[in-house]
Amino acid sequence: MSDQVAIEFKNVSRVFNVKQDDQAGVVKAVDDVSVQIRDGEFFSLLGPSGSGKTTSLRMIAGFDRPTSGQILLYGQDVSNLPPYERDVNTVFQDYALFPHMTVGENVAYGLMIKKVEKAERDRRVDETLELVRLPGFGGRKPAQLSGGQRQRVALARALINHPKVLLLDEPLGALDLKLRQQMQVELKAIQQSVGITFIFVTHDQEEALTMSDRIAVFNLGKIEQIGTPAAIYEYPITPFVAGFVGVSNLVAGEIAKRITNSDKKFSIRPEKIHLGEANTQVDDDMFFADGKVRDVIYLGLYTRYLVELNGGGDLVVVEQNLKTTSMDVMRVKNQQVRLLWKKEHIRYLGG
Amino acid sequence: MWRRLSTYLYLHPRLVLLLLLLPPLIWFLVIYIGALLTMLVNSFFYLDGFTGQVVRQFTLQTYAKLLIPTNLQIFFRTVAMALAVTIASIIIAFPLSYYMARFASRRMKTFLYLAVTLPLWSSYVVRVYSWKLILAQEGIVSWFARIVHLDGLLSWYLSSKLLGGPSLAVSITGVFIVFLYIWLPYMILPIQTALERVPKSLIEASGDLGAKPAQTFRNVILPLAFPGVIAGSIFTFSLTLGDFIVPSLFGNSSFFIGKAVLTYEGTSGNIPLAAAFTMGPIVIMVVYLLIARKLGAFDAL
Repeated sequence: MSDQVAIEFKNVSRVFNVKQDDQAGVVKAVDDVSVQIRDGEFFSLLGPSGSGKTTSLRMIAGFDRPTSGQILLYGQDVSNLPPYERDVNTVFQDYALFPHMTVGENVAYGLMIKKVEKAERDRRVDETLELVRLPGFGGRKPAQLSGGQRQRVALARALINHPKVLLLDEPLGALDLKLRQQMQVELKAIQQSVGITFIFVTHDQEEALTMSDRIAVFNLGKIEQIGTPAAIYEYPITPFVAGFVGVSNLVAGEIAKRITNSDKKFSIRPEKIHLGEANTQVDDDMFFADGKVRDVIYLGLYTRYLVELNGGGDLVVVEQNLKTTSMDVMRVKNQQVRLLWKKEHIRYLGG
Repeated sequence: MWRRLSTYLYLHPRLVLLLLLLPPLIWFLVIYIGALLTMLVNSFFYLDGFTGQVVRQFTLQTYAKLLIPTNLQIFFRTVAMALAVTIASIIIAFPLSYYMARFASRRMKTFLYLAVTLPLWSSYVVRVYSWKLILAQEGIVSWFARIVHLDGLLSWYLSSKLLGGPSLAVSITGVFIVFLYIWLPYMILPIQTALERVPKSLIEASGDLGAKPAQTFRNVILPLAFPGVIAGSIFTFSLTLGDFIVPSLFGNSSFFIGKAVLTYEGTSGNIPLAAAFTMGPIVIMVVYLLIARKLGAFDAL
């Protein structure tokens, strides 16, 4: 990774005119976004559907153009260049493999367009199929492949062109959990070995946390926060980020005041809270709240408790099942408990 | 009673299948294939020139008669016409279908669907006759040509020995125009359906990989629309091969296969020769389909 900037958004907006029930209106899919993505970075655009992350990606690819603002690719303004004049390649959500071509022809497509010699093409196709661990699959048709294999072909077809930036539009969305986790590790490894900037769109916060060097969290067309996975998770700066990335207890108003003596809104992660017996001793560096366990959900690796606080409000607590068994955890239900956590683990939120 | 019957049928799905397929099978085997076989058999009989009676005796002499130069010319003319109509339909249908499949709004698409299929709701014969009025000597085309002072061009064109005639309504060109008009919907709809099934992401992917729009069209859109083009061309080609009304109404004296069949069968009662003539288009279509299969038109089916 170098300090060079691969992609820069300068006040980029994309406004769509929509017509609903014969009433014209506008939707700001991307609203005045500015961001710099560094060379060689694995950068994720994370957000719920309709947050503007896919539109942003499509504008980098050239399928869509900004209504205002500029997009720079290594310093060059590409805002109004067609896709075929940009040195970026995309891995599509539905893979978009050409059904009438073999795997080899699919992968070679970019080189064929560039009129690369046949022998050189074949050599690079073999090499790239090797990279995505599909050696010898060149002669098959996409229809004969499984979802995970198509995914790899789509990746190979993009990577073979050695683009300056690789765009991935929720490429793992259609895979089952096991395969998805395996591909996450592989994608990251491939990215490190080829050293290309990856821009990865996803709505899955765990996926973003697993793979990214940095994450931009999108909401309603704007970026709420940019940072490393640890920073995003540990130090969310808005209620949206706290709620979207991982699970957070958001506490505000009266309840916040009871706990911290301040009515500032804060978040606390469920796994930071300790579930103690009623009247547990409280140290000076701890906050606490008393309540009654309403619900216990045993999840194997950990157990999730829903605790109704005395005087209103509730908190979710997650505890790892280190020694307990399902029998033990169930016994806590409807018991009076004291929740304790370190003061340093709460995050005061703006907005 | 009904319940027991339902249960019985539910437990014997093959019986249900048989009951469902019986009517179409009878129709198909007896009436459809039966008629074809009767025709095939008849084509191996011959007409006795003196008595005017069909002699039911196996012979190849009817087929030999089929191969005399006049008849070969009829085949050649008909196939050339069918090819010309097919190619012209593709050229006209493709851009329209492309627009319908990729760009038209929902409302526009509905309108175009209606516009394309609307002619099929009215009688074929009436529509063909209305073209008489358009193409006749004192018809709309020549009237319009006079207004824009192109009547010289029109008469120069009509003086062409091969394509012209006394008027557009009595020329090979007239036959071509009317064929193109009546078979065009059969080309538009399958191409449109094929184009509709090409996901937008494939077109984007091609551009993303560096292909300019023309390259995307050649490498992605055209190959994927090809089965639709073939399906449409099967309609336009075979319908033109067999039609006798349009050539009778618009052509000059030159025969087409359909017209020849009608004449031999109806006027001179030479059923064997008419049957042999009809085997022509069937053989041509079989060859056509084999070529289409070789080109990969049915790979996507």
